[in-house]
Amino acid sequence: MLSRSQYYLLAAIAVAFGASWFSRSYNPYFLDIAVTCGINITLAVSLNLINGYTGQFSLGHAGFMAIGAYSAATVTTIFGDKLLPLVGGQTWILFPLALYAGGLVASLAGLLVGVPSLRLRGDYLAIVTLGFGEIIRVLLQNINAVGGARGMINIPEYTNLFWTFGLAAITVYTVWALVNSTYGRGFIAVNDDEVAAEAMGINTTRYKITAFVVGAFFAGLAGGIYAHFKQYIAPQGFGFDKSIEIVVMVILGGMGNTVGVIIAAVLLTVLTESLRKFGDYRMILYSLLIIVLMITRPQGLFTWTAKRKTA
Amino acid sequence: MLEIKELAVSYGAITALHGVSLSVKPGSIVTLIGGNGAGKTTTLRTVSGLLKPQAGEILYNGKSLVGLKPHRVVELGLSHVPEGRMVFANLTVHENLMMGAYLQRDKNLIRASFESVFATFPRLQEREQQVAGTLSGGEQQMLAIGRALMSRPKFLMMDEPSLGIAPLLVKTIFEKIVEINRTQGITILLVEQNANLALEISHFGYVLETGKIILSDNSAALRQNPQVKSAYLGGG
Repeated sequence: MLSRSQYYLLAAIAVAFGASWFSRSYNPYFLDIAVTCGINITLAVSLNLINGYTGQFSLGHAGFMAIGAYSAATVTTIFGDKLLPLVGGQTWILFPLALYAGGLVASLAGLLVGVPSLRLRGDYLAIVTLGFGEIIRVLLQNINAVGGARGMINIPEYTNLFWTFGLAAITVYTVWALVNSTYGRGFIAVNDDEVAAEAMGINTTRYKITAFVVGAFFAGLAGGIYAHFKQYIAPQGFGFDKSIEIVVMVILGGMGNTVGVIIAAVLLTVLTESLRKFGDYRMILYSLLIIVLMITRPQGLFTWTAKRKTA
Repeated sequence: MLEIKELAVSYGAITALHGVSLSVKPGSIVTLIGGNGAGKTTTLRTVSGLLKPQAGEILYNGKSLVGLKPHRVVELGLSHVPEGRMVFANLTVHENLMMGAYLQRDKNLIRASFESVFATFPRLQEREQQVAGTLSGGEQQMLAIGRALMSRPKFLMMDEPSLGIAPLLVKTIFEKIVEINRTQGITILLVEQNANLALEISHFGYVLETGKIILSDNSAALRQNPQVKSAYLGGG
């Protein structure tokens, strides 16, 4: 028997498939925004597992996304000619495998960042993850095989609405199911009180690493979707401001509130589009938004129940 | 049951414990009293594995606890009720208790633990689905103790259970501590600022001052000790 949430997951994937079927008749501009929304939902919900539920402040999510994007694009673009015949020339088999590879490499990076970061809390962790994101960006800039600073071109356009929202649905479901399981309550316990969690025999180290690995995995998948959507990726597209953008979605939606974070991801994506005419001033508007929000609604825009720390 | 020998702990350059030695006999309630900053909490946290000692030995049934990770210590049957209650504010009462049984895999044992905790603290059963952050101070303390009991400990360490709780509830909580000790046979190491109450319910007491044990005796004798009376019991 499937649980209710599993029905929701299947329904979401079916809707994504259905919507994708007719995507040729959609306005390309609308399609562009819709796919961006889906990617941002995946990014924000996966970051919410690290930042919101587990309470580890990560500023390096764009780094994980970059790793996934470059890995997946390397599989399809550089090795595509060799690999495609192996799967009978079917791109719908190659693409998810490439995405999966990107997710795995990203989660490995999540493990690498997670382990040394465990000794660090709060601000210090934020700085380390920020440094990680920048290292990834600079590294990619200097690897000529993937285009260096010029970026990687001619990536096949495999992304469509189905893959984008299918992934978003799986991400939402996984994070939701994980956090709402008995095992997953440990994430919230680590966030609520690390010392008490440790004193209860909860292996806080394992939870923090799990959060980083799972979060990074989905960010990597989102990166792969992004690469095969834009068909061109460059290191500067995965900079600090991209990480901040995702953090803003989580804060705006409410830390540890999956539904709120989904709404915020969609809202901010659409907002970004409507703010296009302000160009570079966009980041100023973002910053202002966070300041106003932190003063007026510290629990997040879409959190109504009083679920704040009491002490 | 628990033997602490010449334990020394420091936070960076500041030494919190200068060679503390104490022992707890099975089935007893032992209390550690002393003023602010005496090192009471540090002692408990070191036993739990939350802090690493610079020197000294901690033996639990002859086995050294030094260098063990906190979850290994819990596995051995030691449970810690941390200071300031520290319940998981965003989880419900039920989920908090589940966290206490975190290392327990046997579902029947978990159910039995729930029943036993609810028998001790009926109030927790009434509030089972309530978010812990919305409980009163006394209820949160009950939850913290209940959560520690969920791991089925043989040895329970309690850090200032009277802190910030209404006086009427303090009495109830101390009665429960005695009940847990008597009916479940759990050995208790109690850290308390309320020396009067702590010495009333305990069998043996240690007085800690600036990281050193300065006195130890039967609790009844300590209550009569003029030094303890003037410093901790508010008497002349």
